[in-house]
Amino acid sequence: MGNNSTNELPVSITKTSVILGFFALLAALLLGIVNLATADRIQEQQRIAERRALAEVFPENLHDNDLLLDTFTLTPDDPAFSEPELLQLSTSRQAYTGQLNGLFSGTILPVEAHDAYSGNILILVGVLADGQVSAVRVLAHKETPGLGDKIDISISDWILGFDGKSLLNPTQSRWKVIKDGGEFDQLVGATITTRAVVDAVERALTFFQLNQNKLANATNQF
Amino acid sequence: MPLSKSVSNSISPQTRDIVSQGLWSNNAALVQLLGLCPLLAVSNSVVNAAGLGLATIGVLLGSNGIVSLSRHRLTPAIRLPIFVLIIATFTTCAELLLRAFAIELYQALGIFIPLIVTNCTILGRAESFASKNALGPSLLDGLMTGLGFAAVLLVLGMLRELIGTGAVFANMDRLLPFAGNWTLRVASSYKPFLLAILPPGAFLFMGGLIALKNILDKKLANPAPVKQEPTPGKRVRVTG
Repeated sequence: MGNNSTNELPVSITKTSVILGFFALLAALLLGIVNLATADRIQEQQRIAERRALAEVFPENLHDNDLLLDTFTLTPDDPAFSEPELLQLSTSRQAYTGQLNGLFSGTILPVEAHDAYSGNILILVGVLADGQVSAVRVLAHKETPGLGDKIDISISDWILGFDGKSLLNPTQSRWKVIKDGGEFDQLVGATITTRAVVDAVERALTFFQLNQNKLANATNQF
Repeated sequence: MPLSKSVSNSISPQTRDIVSQGLWSNNAALVQLLGLCPLLAVSNSVVNAAGLGLATIGVLLGSNGIVSLSRHRLTPAIRLPIFVLIIATFTTCAELLLRAFAIELYQALGIFIPLIVTNCTILGRAESFASKNALGPSLLDGLMTGLGFAAVLLVLGMLRELIGTGAVFANMDRLLPFAGNWTLRVASSYKPFLLAILPPGAFLFMGGLIALKNILDKKLANPAPVKQEPTPGKRVRVTG
């Protein structure tokens, strides 16, 4: 390979470095141009994607503020809230505050489940001001494809079963999968996964109930 | 080879050779077995396969073009670092463009877009072809090698998605905004055959495709043996 120039004189280090430098410069130039040309669009697309994801848990007719601006950070043991460990956060995560006509209309809470089949499940729960679930979505999981991955809305609509639920409906003893005497369908072959998600949503609702006043004002931090 | 036969005689033998080598007889995925890591990982659906295939074609075209243009300036000592630099530059460009124009696809492909840098097909073509040939043939070689790779990705993606989920072309709007309702469902009560979507399925289907190609080659070679001249330097052995 590349032996077609065997008679070539040894090339000086200077020449080699100049060539290398020239290519590095060229690469930097090209990347700079493409970056400049796409940066705005990427940022815009990123925001659209984020908004679309948030709109799924908290429909746009329930708020008239920009959720991406009314956001606050929840840390795993946030001293500002009582019982933050309910959310089982492994790292700091964003929560969002919805407002409608200047009044608090709900919160989008991140919650994690550590007792699923494999790895952590990251869930977003939209909670309306009256404690009802607006919707739940799984953001990230490592459950078995074909079984546990049905918690993902793109695979099955199981997760829609949480819409409109609250800590009073069903009552606390029924916040379980059917197999455990509760109200929620379990997915065939994925009882552990569904149990973990049901439990996580209930924990998020409990956290909301305990911190309702603080969450309603959480937006004022920014 | 049916492909080279169907090409008319007005096209130069070199062009014909590049086309048939890239698409069939020296196919990056089926013969050279290069770039298997992204190929096997991403071929679980048509949309992912098409996305990675397009990005790979783009990077191959760009890198082959630039390498060919600068082939007289490159000394052996700095040849490889410069190839890698060029490939990495085009890969980053592809990544930025995907983020700007198909962000959902970018999110679905995840790490496999940056990993195009490590796809040995691209380095292999730069080293064995573009660094020794003029711009035109090099671009053609990049296009054909890329198309050959993308075709295998697409076939694999189609088979795995169909057998694994019972539908094809799901989520195509991630790549083409107007293709939201392209999903073709074969049967409404299809029981998904999980293995096809899981990594072992990728290996099984890939093995099946390679076997199929060998059978086809044998069948085609028997009625009219095709003279296969040894082409030194065409096959590059690179690990990965």
